[in-house]
Amino acid sequence: MKHLTQFFNSLFLAELFKGLSVTGRYLFKKKITVQYPEEKTPQSFRFRGLHALRRYANGEERCIACKLCEAICPALAITIESEEHEDGTRRTKSYDIDLTKCIFCGFCEESCPVDSIVETRIFEYHGEEKSDLYMTKEKLLAVGDKYEEQIAADRADDASYR
Amino acid sequence: MLDLILSIYAIPVINILVKIVAILVPLLLTVAYFTYIERKVIGYMQARIGPNRVGPRGWLQPIADAMKLMFKEIIFPSGANKVLFIIAPTLAIATALAAWAVIPFGAEMVLADINVALLYILAMTSVGVYGVILAGWASNSKYAMMSTLRTAAQVVSYEIAMGFALVGVVMAARSLNIGEIVMGQSGSGIWGWYMWPLLPLFVIYFVSGVAETNRAPFDVAEGESEIVAGFHVEYSGILFAIFFLAEYANMILISILAALLFMGGWLSPFEGISFLGLGSSFLAASSIIWLLAKTAIFMFLFLWFRATFPRYRYDQIMRLGWKVFIPVTIVWIYVVGIMYYAELAPWFVKG
Repeated sequence: MKHLTQFFNSLFLAELFKGLSVTGRYLFKKKITVQYPEEKTPQSFRFRGLHALRRYANGEERCIACKLCEAICPALAITIESEEHEDGTRRTKSYDIDLTKCIFCGFCEESCPVDSIVETRIFEYHGEEKSDLYMTKEKLLAVGDKYEEQIAADRADDASYR
Repeated sequence: MLDLILSIYAIPVINILVKIVAILVPLLLTVAYFTYIERKVIGYMQARIGPNRVGPRGWLQPIADAMKLMFKEIIFPSGANKVLFIIAPTLAIATALAAWAVIPFGAEMVLADINVALLYILAMTSVGVYGVILAGWASNSKYAMMSTLRTAAQVVSYEIAMGFALVGVVMAARSLNIGEIVMGQSGSGIWGWYMWPLLPLFVIYFVSGVAETNRAPFDVAEGESEIVAGFHVEYSGILFAIFFLAEYANMILISILAALLFMGGWLSPFEGISFLGLGSSFLAASSIIWLLAKTAIFMFLFLWFRATFPRYRYDQIMRLGWKVFIPVTIVWIYVVGIMYYAELAPWFVKG
């Protein structure tokens, strides 16, 4: 009996019609395409995009050159050199992130004791040559200055989950 | 002397040329927009929206595609047989277009009203296969060769099933002329079409047609995931476009043949039906619109199949062709013979 039903099912293409009905239904379903440059998907405040270095409200750099981020970076994308600042504090002489190495894991941000290095929501950047993707301290600070409002808001949103 | 020849032949030749243009231009436009509709329909079935960037709603997409292919360089592989490499797509497109000569679009709208039209079409589509086979062989490439072997085996097996399916139609209509086959289905509306007494042959014809044109789910000849692009892996530019054109022209040919042979062609489904007075309304009139609408249904089926079914495994294709389709068609040809002798109305009444 089982063989008989199986025979008739395959003879009358039962399974194939089932498949056709699925695709037939999808023909009329709502389309989920996001038309990218005009439309964008919502972003999380934990989005990990382009890096930035932050400052305190008085303009002082947060980074204390502890090199925790350099140590934890799994891709070895961060290079830091430190020096003594004129007021006697420990500061970075250079802080470089090679974006062509970076895997955007967010460990640098996690490890930072002073919330200096952060990853922003920016992901639409490009470089016309490789050096454009080598972020120096100046570039990182510039990103931080430009987007400080957004960065601070995202940290505040995330704070209650930590 | 020349004047005499010209005066006799000039008018008919021009007449024929005009008719050829009148068939080919709409056909090629349909092919172009068939590719667009294919991408749209398959996109919609996958919850995407398909091409919509070139022109309003993407309507200029096929033109952009054609321009791109025309201006691309044609690369000849160093080991290729150059002559055959060019002959192959020519053969594919020539036969795909030549088959359209005998297709009637209305009771009197046919370029070549020959008595063996059906045979001619079978011959043309069979020769078209050599385009694919030559292409794979001339490319001197392993993938193309593999595809050639697959195509040769697949298309030849399905041609048999297709031929047998058409034998049923010929028996019912007692003619190989497509116009007469259509007229044989007239008189009782949708019920008079040959798809009812020949239902298994109808299904087998269309599925074989899908296999003949190397479309999904029988596209092992192209098999993107296995052998890159199969027979046209080495082709680029306009030569590739010609293969594309031939494949789509063949798809439309199979569709229009299915409409003509099994679904009454240009006959209205309401013809001669007394229910609700439909038989006497304007809907009952035969017109090319009915033919095109029926063809569109089959063209849509090609896309629907492609969006739904995964590719058949090669041995499954062979099994389906030889161990399912051919026996079923042979049995049904006997059934048609019995119906013929029983003069089963309305299809087999001797006129």
